[in-house]
Amino acid sequence: MAERRGVGRAEPAMLEVCNLHASVGGNTILRGVDLTVKAGEVHAIMGPNGSGKSTLAHVLAGRPGYEVTGGHVLYKGRDLLVLAPEERAREGVFLAFQYPVEIPGVSNVYFLKAALNSIRKHRGEPELDAMDFLSLVKDKAKLVDIEESLVKRPVNEGFSGGEKKRNEIFQMAILDPALAILDETDSGLDIDALRVVAGGVNQLRSPERAMVLVTHYQRLLDYIVPDFVHVLLDGRIVRSGGKELAEELEARGYEWLQPAPAPGR
Amino acid sequence: MSTDPINVQALAEREYRAGFVTDIESEAIPAGLSEDVVRLISTKKSEPEWLLDWRLKAYRHWLTMKEPEWANVRYGPIDYQAIVYYSAPKQNKGPKSLDEVDPKLLETYEKLGVPLHERAKLAGVAVDAVFDSVSVATTFRAKLEEAGIVFCSFSEAVQKHPELVRKWLGSVVPYTDNYFATLNSAVFSDGSFCYIPRGVRCPMELSTYFRINAANTGQFERTLIVAEEGAYVSYLEGCTAPIRDENQLHAAVVELVALDRAQIKYSTVQNWYPGDKEGKGGIYNFVTKRGKCQGRGSKISWTQVETGSAITWKYPSCILQGDDSVGEFYSVAVTNNYQQADTGTKMIHLGKNTKSTIVSKGISAGHGQNTYRGLVRIGKAAENSRNYSQCDSLLLGDKCGAHTFPYIEVLNSTAQMEHEASTSKIGEDQVFYFQQRGLSAEDAVNMIVNGFCKEVFQELPMEFAVEAQKLLGVTLEGSVG
Repeated sequence: MAERRGVGRAEPAMLEVCNLHASVGGNTILRGVDLTVKAGEVHAIMGPNGSGKSTLAHVLAGRPGYEVTGGHVLYKGRDLLVLAPEERAREGVFLAFQYPVEIPGVSNVYFLKAALNSIRKHRGEPELDAMDFLSLVKDKAKLVDIEESLVKRPVNEGFSGGEKKRNEIFQMAILDPALAILDETDSGLDIDALRVVAGGVNQLRSPERAMVLVTHYQRLLDYIVPDFVHVLLDGRIVRSGGKELAEELEARGYEWLQPAPAPGR
Repeated sequence: MSTDPINVQALAEREYRAGFVTDIESEAIPAGLSEDVVRLISTKKSEPEWLLDWRLKAYRHWLTMKEPEWANVRYGPIDYQAIVYYSAPKQNKGPKSLDEVDPKLLETYEKLGVPLHERAKLAGVAVDAVFDSVSVATTFRAKLEEAGIVFCSFSEAVQKHPELVRKWLGSVVPYTDNYFATLNSAVFSDGSFCYIPRGVRCPMELSTYFRINAANTGQFERTLIVAEEGAYVSYLEGCTAPIRDENQLHAAVVELVALDRAQIKYSTVQNWYPGDKEGKGGIYNFVTKRGKCQGRGSKISWTQVETGSAITWKYPSCILQGDDSVGEFYSVAVTNNYQQADTGTKMIHLGKNTKSTIVSKGISAGHGQNTYRGLVRIGKAAENSRNYSQCDSLLLGDKCGAHTFPYIEVLNSTAQMEHEASTSKIGEDQVFYFQQRGLSAEDAVNMIVNGFCKEVFQELPMEFAVEAQKLLGVTLEGSVG
């Protein structure tokens, strides 16, 4: 690991979160998160329910209603938090949603083509025409074994839980982000679906891309092996380590990491 | 910093791109309504005695009627004596060649995207341009005449084809029909007339472009389309008006007649000035549209995209009299800011094996109120009739409303009826999903709305489907923060 950190020094990290505080609806959720993610790395953020994992993912994506009250976030060395959500996406930040929303009337393929072309336009690349786009779709659909009929249907409408999650990874493959944040991608998946989704994610690992996996269970990490594991508790990262930390959590739970109760109580 | 919540209810200023006024000298009669005014309009148009009599009967009947109050719309009292019932740009009378039309008028239509030069953008569409109370130009007349098709202003039809007008005028919407149709019958000033002879398929789209320009003026036009046996015509109307603080009344009547196996496809893209974001000004669009499938196997299809007007009150309907006749109604109605719409259709099944389809899409934003009101009646003799109705509502924000009033009357037990309805809302989570994929909130709304309206848009003639999509985008501009 030490060598890897050394290599990264010449370039700014993909993501640098410093002392990040955030609240939702007046409730403080993040209380000083520090996290550095470099290109090529896969980080897992684990923690019990309510610890702030999903909040962190949404704050990074710029979800309305999530207020940053302190700290800063650099993405490729630039302030991420000043960007509108769609600007973050065009700059290469991708969030795979825990609960992907249904968009009736808008076909998946039409939606994705518009999304990809807005990103390409932002990068100064020519827009893809229908033919090129469809061949890209065919290519990437194999990655997560997504059926062509799903690609043509309205976005997520009537999809099963597993299909929705697969669709998220499929979208990620098409949009080719630099930083992918996967929010509880394993939730609601049976073991076969989990294997397919994880397989897709693994194929998308690359030295240019960083990934942050937000997960409650260690199970996902059997399939997508992270470089680093962090434990988020009560809005702070209380422990970081390698993949063996996840195994320890599996065995011991989160209880042992709780801060000691105040004396007298 | 934080990103502000997407404020779906915060409505930014909407841009109404047709809101300019043409500075042109016009000839108007004083405001007010009386028998003398009715006579004056008739005289100005050198009408035959029978038509004046018809107008006067309508006027006298109107005096006995009360303004309807059942619609789900609210507005202050209309002062019918404050309205100017006739206003026309000063120019040479009578049928005009395009070279004689005032350049200012040509420029107006050019600005509205409806060039009246036959070689221009709308090369495949014949246009009748109605400016305030009169028709100022009709394109492609010669080409249509070759096919035996009559397409001209209503006034001209009265002069040149009195027997046709007399035969069909009021045959679908009688002068006693309803308050606004009766008022129209008394004071209508112009409109379009279209006659497709037996077996002729009209070689191009026909269209009328209505423009209200003068202040305090009402527009009362009348359109009559007759398709003889086996004839086919596709007809489109467009409407705009300048931005004015006062409300203006538009009470039109459209009558369609389809004989045996004839087909009439009637499309409307209505973009009257809707009023400002506080609800000031705008057109009161109180319109009676009805088609009669008189012949066997005839078909009348209404498609409407209603984005404008402060208040819309209209129910394009089909009387399915001929056996095996078909009626269709496809509608998108949008209300933003303080717009109100009470719109829908009536499908009256009289003949055997008659079929009707209703697809209504209502979109409400801001404080807009959108009502679908529809009647499907299956008469006693209408064996094996079928109706399919689908009414969907889409809400943007939480201050707008969607209402559905379906009326179903079935007098024949062999009828098959289907009714589906849904209401959905563009949620902040949906908008964020688009944004997270690199699309703006405006893109999100446009794509969702266009997806919602797809079934209706695909019924529009190609040239206008694109226009309608753009118009919808403009109408809902700023309806997400």
